[in-house]
Amino acid sequence: MIARLVLNGRAREVEVRPNQTLLEMLRDTLGVFDVKEGCDEGVCGVCTVLLDGRPASSCLVLAAALRGRAVTTLRGIERDGGLHPLQEAFVRHGAVQCGFCTPGMLLTVLALLEREPRPDRPAIRAALEGNLCRCTGYAKIVDAVEAYVRAEGGRDG
Amino acid sequence: MHPFDYVAAETLEEALGLLREHGDEAKVLAGGQSLVPMLNYRLARPGVVVDINRLPLGDISVDDGRLRLGALVRHHQLEESDVLARRCPVLGEAAGLIGNVRVRTLGTVGGSLAHADPAAELPAVMTALDARIAVASASGRRTIAAREFFTGPLSTALAPDEIVTGVETPALPAYGWAVEEMSRRAGDFAVAAVVALVSVDRRGRVDDARVAFGGVADRPFHARAAEDALRGREPTTESIARAARAAREALDPPSDAFVSGAYRRLVAGVLCRRALARAVARALGRA
Ligand SMILES: Cc1cc2nc3c(=O)[nH]c(=O)nc-3n(C[C@H](O)[C@H](O)[C@H](O)COP(=O)(O)OP(=O)(O)OC[C@H]3O[C@@H](n4cnc5c(N)ncnc54)[C@H](O)[C@@H]3O)c2cc1C
Ligand code: FES
Ligand code: FES
Repeated sequence: MIARLVLNGRAREVEVRPNQTLLEMLRDTLGVFDVKEGCDEGVCGVCTVLLDGRPASSCLVLAAALRGRAVTTLRGIERDGGLHPLQEAFVRHGAVQCGFCTPGMLLTVLALLEREPRPDRPAIRAALEGNLCRCTGYAKIVDAVEAYVRAEGGRDG
Repeated sequence: MHPFDYVAAETLEEALGLLREHGDEAKVLAGGQSLVPMLNYRLARPGVVVDINRLPLGDISVDDGRLRLGALVRHHQLEESDVLARRCPVLGEAAGLIGNVRVRTLGTVGGSLAHADPAAELPAVMTALDARIAVASASGRRTIAAREFFTGPLSTALAPDEIVTGVETPALPAYGWAVEEMSRRAGDFAVAAVVALVSVDRRGRVDDARVAFGGVADRPFHARAAEDALRGREPTTESIARAARAAREALDPPSDAFVSGAYRRLVAGVLCRRALARAVARALGRA
């Protein structure tokens, strides 16, 4: 079957099996390795992509069912090949250790900020509830997001 | 994943025809947030997956106090809808407790009801609201009372060739509402969950109360004893505590690997008291 999607801004048609998930298509067929595989049941968040701007578990989406939707992975948020300022905030605040959870964390945060540009700490924590991190203990991730929100707020107004 | 055929139905008639043709071999795909994990782990091995996401079942409408939700309304729409915030806010509060943000992006009302996890929030809400679930098959349409729809763990009154098309319920905009639950980890299914709806009359007495639990039985539990203990009473701390006790005494929850039935019952009683107290405060604010 053909899966149709707009991947990081580029229209794609990809030959897939009916039982192939979006996660398998991205990693195994297209070699998009910034999307990770963890639990395969929607719990861990390392396979997070944005589907039309909202976070989704790519392990729980059938590729054949995409029907032209916009799929954004971490690569889609990089700016001119360089780091996005949120990525820089993660680096500065020690919010990255092994890095396995990081792409999912970043995408989830960016989707939150689209809807709620000035979230407080509890709102950041609530949005990240479904993204597990086995290294940082979460505090530094939330610190990094808070710092980014403060800096961006300063920038626009 | 086990191999299967995938068909995206363009119309309800086409979807119903496919279910009629394939019987037990077919599985409906809505949000995929329960079905795809089962496919990934080979707990479900359908011959054909019938994707219903193209069907026009995504609307939310309220007229004349009756609320209609299409089967494909997503959990996040329940959280974000302005109409629901005004007319039936219990739905948004319940939806915000479902799984994680990714589950809420894709998971649907119809899928949650058809899947019928005993700890799920929306089946308990529909039980409290006394909603009717609209279903269709190639031979016709019918509606089933939510209080009769759930027949056991992951079991419903749906026939294999039927599709849930939506839900119809009184919106109960004048009722105070609250949903309380406890989970072992954020995002897990609840150990126990309770939905409370309360209306008060002009003298501040309880006119009507609705209480339903999730997680405490093999299906949503409609707590009539708690409702009866409150109706016509002044909603004081004592009468609320008495109603919660009545609810708890009617429960005989199961034990599992993590939680004993006795503990679940205790938690259910506490959550019920908190939910009733919040629902009453909101009802007094709305009256
Ligand atoms: C990590 C995680 C945590 C979760 N936590 C919770 C939670 O706390 N509370 C909660 O309530 N749920 C939770 N869920 C489940 C979630 O709410 C699902 O979205 C829901 O149970 C199923 O809805 P769906 O649209 O995804 O259905 P699908 O997964 O597409 O389908 C589920 C089942 O229902 C059938 N079905 C779907 N739609 C219809 C229809 N219209 N007519 C007939 N049959 C239909 C399918 O054939 C399948 O058998 C969680 C899921 C995950 C992955
Ligand atoms: S691999 Fe998809 S959520 Fe864990
Ligand atoms: S940095 Fe290692 S899992 Fe989060």
